[in-house]
Formats: sequence, structure tokens, C-alpha cells
Amino acid sequence: MLLALAATTLVALALLSDLIIPRVEEAWSRHRARRKRAPATPYDPGRERRAEQRARMLLRSCVNDEEWAMYRDLGFIRVWGSQADGPEQAGGTGGAPYAYLIYPHRAIVAYLAQTHRLLNEYCVAFPDETRPYGSARLPDSDDVLAKWMALTGDERRLISTANMHLPGRQLDPTKVRRDLWRLTQWERARMRAAGTHSASTGIS
Amino acid sequence: MKPGHGEVLIAEGDVERAEDEERLIEEFRRQLDAGQWAAVPTTGSAGRRNAQMVRSFEDIPRDAERVIFFPRAAGGS
Repeated sequence: MLLALAATTLVALALLSDLIIPRVEEAWSRHRARRKRAPATPYDPGRERRAEQRARMLLRSCVNDEEWAMYRDLGFIRVWGSQADGPEQAGGTGGAPYAYLIYPHRAIVAYLAQTHRLLNEYCVAFPDETRPYGSARLPDSDDVLAKWMALTGDERRLISTANMHLPGRQLDPTKVRRDLWRLTQWERARMRAAGTHSASTGIS
Repeated sequence: MKPGHGEVLIAEGDVERAEDEERLIEEFRRQLDAGQWAAVPTTGSAGRRNAQMVRSFEDIPRDAERVIFFPRAAGGS
């Protein structure tokens, strides 16, 4: 009786092995896969910060001392416009001096230097489609430098490339006017400091 | 300039040496073909700093210390 039962069990196992063994192997593979740690791409949390530091050094080496100090202290750079009648699509400035404020990863704002009237916003980006490091975005200071080079090197070309909007599209006009006020205060302070320095050193 | 990396040295050499110049020209063209813009930082009279956009190797002043490549500008939102 016992022998017959054992034989039946063996026959049943042999018949079911085609079904059971693949499932057991699959379950074992899944178990091993869960336990195995996937080799993660090493994440370097300091990479972006080092990139920004390099970008700041590069920016500093290109712009003059005043522009560098402006960026360091205020977070933007002013670039004087060079077109006789103002930037394109600004309706003409009648020859009045105008300038641009360059913010990192923000629109470029054109304004009249004397009245601080905002003219336009020029939205421009410098996307790197190759994305060699997983992002198309330049470090902040590189973005500012790219705008500075393009504006001082070929203002007309950059402005014609940019998307023009009325003030307020991307930057709050109140904030921009406050930045212009800060810039005025900052320049006065620098002039006072330079005057004090000249007086103390006897420079005339 | 490279996203996520900042400044990267692409090539350097002395334009007075023929083999260096040839290599620099080749790299310059490669960058422009890849859609980059090129600019040379300059210092004008009274210390005024500017940039000169260059579209060919011949546009680069012979005494330029460096050429900076950066992604071509596009209209933003």
C-alpha cells in the first residue's frame, strides 16, 4: 500500500515538474533581483555648486569691476544700450539713453536711464540641446555672462532673437523699479566711498 | 559653458604655431557646427569691457587670450 502511494507521488511529481520547476526558478530569480542592489549612478550634490563657482569666476574675469560688484551686491548687471533710437520694438526713445538689466534666468528688462520708465522685457534662453550633464540649464552666472556677451557683442541680434513682451510679463514691475532704486543708492554709496578714499589718499 | 558644469576648457594653443592653429580652427568650427555662439571678451578704451561676437576664426583678434563658446540664444517664455 505504502509502496503504491510513493510510486503514485513520484509519478505525479514527474508529471507536474514541467509546470512547477519554471515557476520555482522564476520566483527565485525575483527574490534574488529584489535582494540585489542596482548600481546607482553616483550623485554628486556639490556639482551644481562647483559649476556656479566656476561660472562666477568666469563672469568676474570678463566684466569690469563695477559690473562684477553690481552682480555680487545686487544680483543683476546693468548694460547700457547702444542703439541710437533704443531697442527694437520699443517705440523709439528719442535718443534718450537706455539700458538693460540682466538677471539670471529671467527676462532682460530695457528701461530709460533717466526716468526709469520700463520699456520692454526680452525673454531669451541659452538651451544646450546636447544636455551633456542631464540639464539644459546653464549655471546662473553663466546665463548672466551669456546675456552680457550677446548684448555687448551684438545687441541687435540678441534683441531680435528674444521674445519681446511688455513689462510685467515675467518680472514684477514694482520689483524692477525697486531694483533700479537700489542700483541708484548703490552707485551713490560707491561714489561716496570713492570720494572718501580719494580724499584720504590725497588723490585729486 | 556647459549646463551643470560651468566652464570647460576645450582646446588651447599658440596661433603662431601652425599645428596649434590648425587644431584650434578645427575645434572652433566644430563648436560652431554644434550650434554654439562664440565671443571674445575685450577691453576697450578707459577699461570698458565688452564682448566681440565672432562667426569665423578670422574674426578672432590674433592677440585674443580666449574664445568663449556658449549655447545659441533662443526666444524664451
